[in-house]
Amino acid sequence: MTLASGDLGSLGMAVMNQPHRPSEAFAPHLRVRGLTIRRGERLLFEDLAFEVRAGGVLLVRGPNGVGKSTLLMALAGIVRPDAGTIEGVERTRLHLLNYRSGLKPRLTVAENLKFWRAMHGATGLDEDAALEVVGIDGLGGLEAGYLSSGQLRRLALARLLVSKRPVWLLDEPSAALDAEGEALLGRLIDAHRASGGIAIVATHHDLMLADAAGVETLMLGGGA
Amino acid sequence: MSGFGALIGRDLKLAFRAGGEALTLVLFFVMVAVIVPFAIGPDRPQLSRLAPGIVWIAAFLSMLLGLDRLFRADDEDGSLTLLRHSSLPLEAVVAAKVIAHWLVTALPLLVATPVLALLLSMSWEQWGRTVLALVIGTPGLVSFGALGAAVTVGLRRGGLIAPVLILPLAIPVMIFGVGMLDPLAGSGATLFLIALSLVVTAFSPFAAALALRAAGE
Amino acid sequence: MSVDTVKQPNWFSRLAHPGQFLAWSRYLIWPLGIATALSFAIGLYFAFFNSPEDYQMGDMVRVMYVHVPNAWLSQLVYGVMAVSALGTLVWRHPLADVANKAAAPLGAVFTALALYTGALWGRPTWGTFWEWDGRMTSTLVLLLIYLGIIALWRAFDDQLKAGRIIAIVTLVGALNLPVIKFSVDWWNTLHQPASVFTASGPHMPISILTPLLVMMLAFTLLFALLQVVRMRTEILRRRAETLSRQAALGATK
Repeated sequence: MTLASGDLGSLGMAVMNQPHRPSEAFAPHLRVRGLTIRRGERLLFEDLAFEVRAGGVLLVRGPNGVGKSTLLMALAGIVRPDAGTIEGVERTRLHLLNYRSGLKPRLTVAENLKFWRAMHGATGLDEDAALEVVGIDGLGGLEAGYLSSGQLRRLALARLLVSKRPVWLLDEPSAALDAEGEALLGRLIDAHRASGGIAIVATHHDLMLADAAGVETLMLGGGA
Repeated sequence: MSGFGALIGRDLKLAFRAGGEALTLVLFFVMVAVIVPFAIGPDRPQLSRLAPGIVWIAAFLSMLLGLDRLFRADDEDGSLTLLRHSSLPLEAVVAAKVIAHWLVTALPLLVATPVLALLLSMSWEQWGRTVLALVIGTPGLVSFGALGAAVTVGLRRGGLIAPVLILPLAIPVMIFGVGMLDPLAGSGATLFLIALSLVVTAFSPFAAALALRAAGE
Repeated sequence: MSVDTVKQPNWFSRLAHPGQFLAWSRYLIWPLGIATALSFAIGLYFAFFNSPEDYQMGDMVRVMYVHVPNAWLSQLVYGVMAVSALGTLVWRHPLADVANKAAAPLGAVFTALALYTGALWGRPTWGTFWEWDGRMTSTLVLLLIYLGIIALWRAFDDQLKAGRIIAIVTLVGALNLPVIKFSVDWWNTLHQPASVFTASGPHMPISILTPLLVMMLAFTLLFALLQVVRMRTEILRRRAETLSRQAALGATK
């Protein structure tokens, strides 16, 4: 750590990166300013501004149809905003999790995970370890089409673990999860924060997080 | 680069596993060639003369039939969105999918051409030239198809629109492909076909990626 | 007597229960296999060493001993599939769609072999591998129907639902086959008034007929054997699938 602050900064980074971290610096800082998004004639939100630092969680709340998913899609670079800037989140340094989980029923659980690990970078856990963390180890050889929707959601969560990325954009992540699954989700987000990651979560449920510090809420729509 | 290979591998796996459509397309390809003699008669010299054209029409129709699956499945289950966060640029993702699509839809047709050659009394020399023309022309066909599939991916009932959209665009591929068998104009047609196929294959990933980005919004 | 008529369906449905079928069909495999091997040995001996050459075709005539049984099976197997389709639709037999699924690839292979041996035969006889002859053409159409049914089986995720739908397709195909045959013959005579190939069925000498019949028996036994094995495999595969589902249900901690 002392090396990192000295002149040999790059060497220090290399030493720090040894245990689990990816080669790039893992200190996300998300800044959104003046964000305006329209859907056709309808204005979803205007001049939205927020900031999330490393280890922070932002809960996005609001009634249905207010634009929570669209906001996440904008942060993910899929939807282009009409005005405003989004800084600190790159295409290859984020995970998006929504109801369309990108899993193929005809591939086995392990094959699905292996594929996304190859596409998003083998920077995290290996497939077996990730399946164990989300509690569906032993199902690796099974075609994903056999899984229940709760198990599929756990598999989708495992996808976040096989590639380590600093920004998690989670859209209703607890959908289809039972109480045990929600606790698991809380633990995963806790671990992600502890390693310096940030999470932006659009949800109607309360997250089961260990530590409420650093958790902020963004109300969209009339409720603010 | 490993992501590129992984994507091709996944698409091949999905196509040849139960529920995949690769084998169905070959069946359709053979069937189109089988029904032609019913329409024009089994006269051998006549069939032999028309055979390259028939093979091209059969290939054209089967490739158009398979087009709809190129991006639709990945769009519906969200894979396409997640692929945009991969280390590959979207253009490379499209290129990988186009290569896989060629391997799944065009290569089996090439393998099936000897059957058509037998049924349509083609000479071996005729067959060889037709296969060569297909090898050169099908990448162009698939690339035009990728464009059509990308443009219609957001439409719920895009299945019929993509072929109608792409068929006129791909007519030059057919003209030069069949033209390759002309003893006089053959070599010129070969060069045109190579040029066309190369240019379309090189540009279509960019155009298709553009369309997919627009469709994602 | 009345006791017998009541017992009959019970006895039959008990044997046709998938679990029962697995149990008793096990004892069928070895006898069937031995009978198949024996009849092939006898048939092939006759076909190669104890039957005359044709005065025109020479040794080529021996292709017939493979060609005719395959052509026969190409139709028999479709018959089996049509009956099993009835079983699926009318009696809702749990085994019937298994039988249909098991038979389809076998039928396709036998039909393809009939076409292939026909082509081998056609080359020296007609001077070409393929001729749009009425019989060969309708056999080709039959092969395409088989392949279509196989593709349909592969396309369904839910095999139980697939069974009923494919049974309908199989029956429509069965009803349509005579129409296809008739239309192809009509089309064929329209274009070729003089048929190239006339059937030499009944006026066949006994020295040819004997090996032919033995070979037909051998191939039919082979089909029966493969059909039983494939049905057992399919039942076991479905069990494995059910177990997979149960494993998925019980796995989440």
